[in-house]
Amino acid sequence: MLFFSYFKDLVGREVTVELKNDLAIRGTLHSVDQYLNIKLENTRVVDQDKYPHMLSVWNCFIRGSVVRYVQLPPDGVDVELLHDATRREARGG
Amino acid sequence: MGSEEESAVKEPLDLIRLSLDERIYVKLRHDRELRGKLHAYDQHLNMILGDVEEIVTSVEIDDETYEEIVRTTRRTVPFLFVRGDGVILVSPPLRTA
Repeated sequence: MLFFSYFKDLVGREVTVELKNDLAIRGTLHSVDQYLNIKLENTRVVDQDKYPHMLSVWNCFIRGSVVRYVQLPPDGVDVELLHDATRREARGG
Repeated sequence: MGSEEESAVKEPLDLIRLSLDERIYVKLRHDRELRGKLHAYDQHLNMILGDVEEIVTSVEIDDETYEEIVRTTRRTVPFLFVRGDGVILVSPPLRTA
């Protein structure tokens, strides 16, 4: 639940989701669920010339399992909070 | 310091806990490696890393000479969430010389 809570706090911020098929999509985080499925708004593909088939897509739903990375805004991370939350979560697991 | 329970190293995930706020090396699937500061992780090995360098290794074979050309592509990202299903191993950084 740690990362679910973290992403919920990040709603409204700009992120870049990199998928396992190397597609990178930049957009505003609209919502997330317990599976870390992601809904993005105002989406644009990072390398538009290489991946033109999403030019008319404004919003998208991304299945959590196809995500490789999510690039986060540098100020969207309260590291102390994350460390504490991780220690608490790791103990319970 | 903390209670005995809190700082006891019982299972592999506890070993990773020792590396919180430290730099680590992560080997991923598809010939990728990451080096960065560990800020968070969970039992799936989902992670948040800071000041990350990603190294992608690819091998090309020359059509004529059949020699292997090993290429590495590097990039850095300030803060990165990594999905755990791509992680192979986590370790303190391997420092060569």
